[in-house]
Amino acid sequence: MNVTVLVSTRKGLFRLAGKNGNWAIEQVDFLGDNVTLTLTDHRSGRHYAALDHGHFGVKLHRSTTTGWEEVAAPAYPPKPAGVEENDMWGRPLAWSTARIWALQAGGADEPGVIWCGTLPGGLFRSTDHGDSWEIVRSLWDHPKRKQWMGGGADLPGIHSILVDPRNSKRVWVAVSTGGIWFTEDSGASWSQRGDGMRAEYAPPELTHDPIAQDVHCLAQCLAAPERMWVQHHNGIFVSSDEGATFNEIAGVEPSTFGFAVVVHPREPDTAWFVPETKDEKRIPRDGRVVVTRTRDGGKSFDILTNGLPQRDAYDIVYRHAMAIDASGNRLAFGSTTGGLWVSEDQGDSWSGVTHTLPPIHAVRFA
Amino acid sequence: MAKVVFTKNIQRHVVCPETEVPGSSVREILDNVFTANPQARSYVLDDQAALRRHMTIFVDGRAIRDRQRLSDSITSTSTVYVFQALSGG
Repeated sequence: MNVTVLVSTRKGLFRLAGKNGNWAIEQVDFLGDNVTLTLTDHRSGRHYAALDHGHFGVKLHRSTTTGWEEVAAPAYPPKPAGVEENDMWGRPLAWSTARIWALQAGGADEPGVIWCGTLPGGLFRSTDHGDSWEIVRSLWDHPKRKQWMGGGADLPGIHSILVDPRNSKRVWVAVSTGGIWFTEDSGASWSQRGDGMRAEYAPPELTHDPIAQDVHCLAQCLAAPERMWVQHHNGIFVSSDEGATFNEIAGVEPSTFGFAVVVHPREPDTAWFVPETKDEKRIPRDGRVVVTRTRDGGKSFDILTNGLPQRDAYDIVYRHAMAIDASGNRLAFGSTTGGLWVSEDQGDSWSGVTHTLPPIHAVRFA
Repeated sequence: MAKVVFTKNIQRHVVCPETEVPGSSVREILDNVFTANPQARSYVLDDQAALRRHMTIFVDGRAIRDRQRLSDSITSTSTVYVFQALSGG
């Protein structure tokens, strides 16, 4: 069986191909350019690649039968005259796409719909496969949106978008930092979710405020959408009620700090994380890259090391840089130092594909 | 007609040939350029139509002052260079 993984890096989009357990880079697109994220829309078969050209701004490309074409990147509407809004540093907030941080296809019943999360916090929706975009004003204009803050970046951003597989009008987004937001009317109105999370970096009166939560990544079990997993700035949290409430999973070795989380598509109790020494250092503990896996909803975790570097390794795995395929058996992740690993047995063993890619932003099964 | 020259580095993303266009301000000049070459607009201007943070424009050897409204004056003999700022890395 042929499997393709799209690896977004600081210096290009690398296409990893796997056949009968052998993995190799078979193609490079946008070589030299900063590719920050991809989406494969399985409804249309098209791939999308977000690029950040720095000087020239954020761009979006869509695959064709022969290559790629540039399509419109989400753009903020004109800032109305007289509107003054500063970021958390007191600087005027630019209504301008600073990064594409989330791309998600809509439901099977709404072909052409694509959601896009950005820095500085705008959520966009396309109904024409990305030919055009419209900002979701109900969320951008929500008075509490101005309480969102930067987390990992100077500006707040939407990094996770989940579309309910049972009803595509129901969508969750997660913000770093700004917690989890939910719509059940395709974005016409929004409510905050995420009671039970805890922000140890916030003052006591805000510790349990859902808007103060720095969700690093939000993942959902496709077969049991009520089950959600959060890799948070200071821990792991799990929800069994569609993100309304969360319970903290504490005491996981070697750490509960990290960025990425993936959940098995059919087994809601099974999830994977890539732990790092919290928060001040952000390196693997003792120079060992490990993946942690729970199969019982967080009661216990396996520390998976087979095939992963166990000394002198300082790989960091960003929030979009781990992925699981539809089978639930195959996982892949990539690191800031250009390491790329694949497992075909749910993480029991890993194959190191390369250690020399540019810094990896995102890994996605195509 | 003012002459407008774009940085070589933009050319591999979107072709921006040297051109001559009318206009009495940087805004008018660029509007005329981008009317003919709409794909180039977002490579130079941000969502609010201000000059991108790490871009710079020189008019007759002087960096423009108004990066938001692009109101710096242009004459019919001006040469306008649209460059990358070194600040962008």
